[in-house]
Amino acid sequence: MSQADLLDQDPVFQLKGSMLAITVMELAHNDLARLDQQLGEKVAQAPAFFSNTPLVLALDKLPEGEGTLDLDALMSLCRQHGLRTLAVRASREDDIKAAEALDLPVLPPSGARERPIDPAPAPVAPSKPAEPELRPSKIISSPVRGGQQVYAQGADLIVLAPVSAGAELLADGNIHVYAPMRGRALAGVKGNTGARIFCQQMGAELLSIAGHYKVAEDLRRDPLWGEAVHVSLSGDVLNIKRL
Amino acid sequence: MAKILVVTSGKGGVGKTTTSAAIGTGLALRGHKTVIVDFDVGLRNLDLIMGCERRVVYDFVNVVNGEATLSQALIKDKRLENLYVLAASQTRDKDALTQEGVEKIINELRENFEYVVCDSPAGIEKGAHLAMYFADEAIVVTNPEVSSVRDSDRMLGLLASKSRRAEKGEEPIKEHLLLTRYNPERVTKGEMLGVEDVEEILAIRLLGVIPESQAVLKASNQGVPVILDDQSDAGQAYSDAVDRLLGKEVPHRFLDVQKKGLMHRLFGAR
Repeated sequence: MSQADLLDQDPVFQLKGSMLAITVMELAHNDLARLDQQLGEKVAQAPAFFSNTPLVLALDKLPEGEGTLDLDALMSLCRQHGLRTLAVRASREDDIKAAEALDLPVLPPSGARERPIDPAPAPVAPSKPAEPELRPSKIISSPVRGGQQVYAQGADLIVLAPVSAGAELLADGNIHVYAPMRGRALAGVKGNTGARIFCQQMGAELLSIAGHYKVAEDLRRDPLWGEAVHVSLSGDVLNIKRL
Repeated sequence: MAKILVVTSGKGGVGKTTTSAAIGTGLALRGHKTVIVDFDVGLRNLDLIMGCERRVVYDFVNVVNGEATLSQALIKDKRLENLYVLAASQTRDKDALTQEGVEKIINELRENFEYVVCDSPAGIEKGAHLAMYFADEAIVVTNPEVSSVRDSDRMLGLLASKSRRAEKGEEPIKEHLLLTRYNPERVTKGEMLGVEDVEEILAIRLLGVIPESQAVLKASNQGVPVILDDQSDAGQAYSDAVDRLLGKEVPHRFLDVQKKGLMHRLFGAR
């Protein structure tokens, strides 16, 4: 490296404070065999949670009388289960020495700020797909004005009042409008091609089912403009039929 | 407890301030103690229309900031015993208003008046939002023209979702439609939307139809609310609207083309 490079004032690094969420494993007993077994069970519950997870080993809660801990063995055990030890929290003299020998940073004993975390037991491999849950339809009985948007997530949308131009109705299921419909209606927005739209008086700006749409310019030419209609998708063509 | 009325529209230039002045004056004429509040901070006009521009000392923002008391800022009308005006500040902008400040003033006015008429600025931003936020009833002023109707529709959506009543889940704001600058001749020629068209699109109760009239401009320039000109069609139409607002059934007038008689042709319209 030349002299000129060393004189360059452009900073090479920046020190920043940061708060990271890190898993702390607090040992209650010096019993590696049982730890191996119990850790194995935990990992089986949530394998994704335990892959290359940074870990702080807390040895400060170990009872005094439980003998010297084999830190090296403990660390390789953790590693087998996908936990990577970053540092050790210890208060016993022996543990601190062992950690220093392994060149591991030693953190002071715990404050009272951590709370026990349990990897969510939710992702227990579902044996069969869950029954589709019936969500209640969303029912709107006051006018939907321009600029307003109504979304029925995972459900049908039923509107009993006029829908103004510039309003937008969205539903994962079907859309029913039992009043003049002058806004936009998008049924099956998550791709449900079986969704349908029902309008008592169709004067829509846009009708769409699962992404296949028609705009007002096309809809106006339809002889059913202003009539009660039923819109469905066949292939990628929107079918507008008299109700 | 007073009723808080907001006069709003979304679009500018449709006649909000003229309507606020006329409706407020009409309520006072019928014996109700009324105050008209100008929310158009930075573009104040109400004082001109009410003819009290030379007597403005303190304004709305002064009261919000605690620089004046409400009684110092209220301007008493010279014509009517129970009519007051609270002017907007001309030197500030809408950011001078805060929800807490407005709420404090509205609450104070609620105790001393029967009707508080809030003249909303155009748009749907802060000023307009604060003007309608505390309202019990809304008069949506619309011109028979597509862009005005669309903006009113948007405003109706905001009244139904962004007001205090909506946020607290109380009974919704009562909405009234006031169609202004209506010209039956142009409606028959198909140049203007008809009453039925606007009513059908907005689907709210029609409070009144104010015909396009020379009297409105004249009244504005003279600083006399047009409702006091009881010879003019616009003045009479506003008078009917106030009666309907108070719950009276009054038939709608000025909706059809008037046949002009010979005398009328010779001497011209008023």
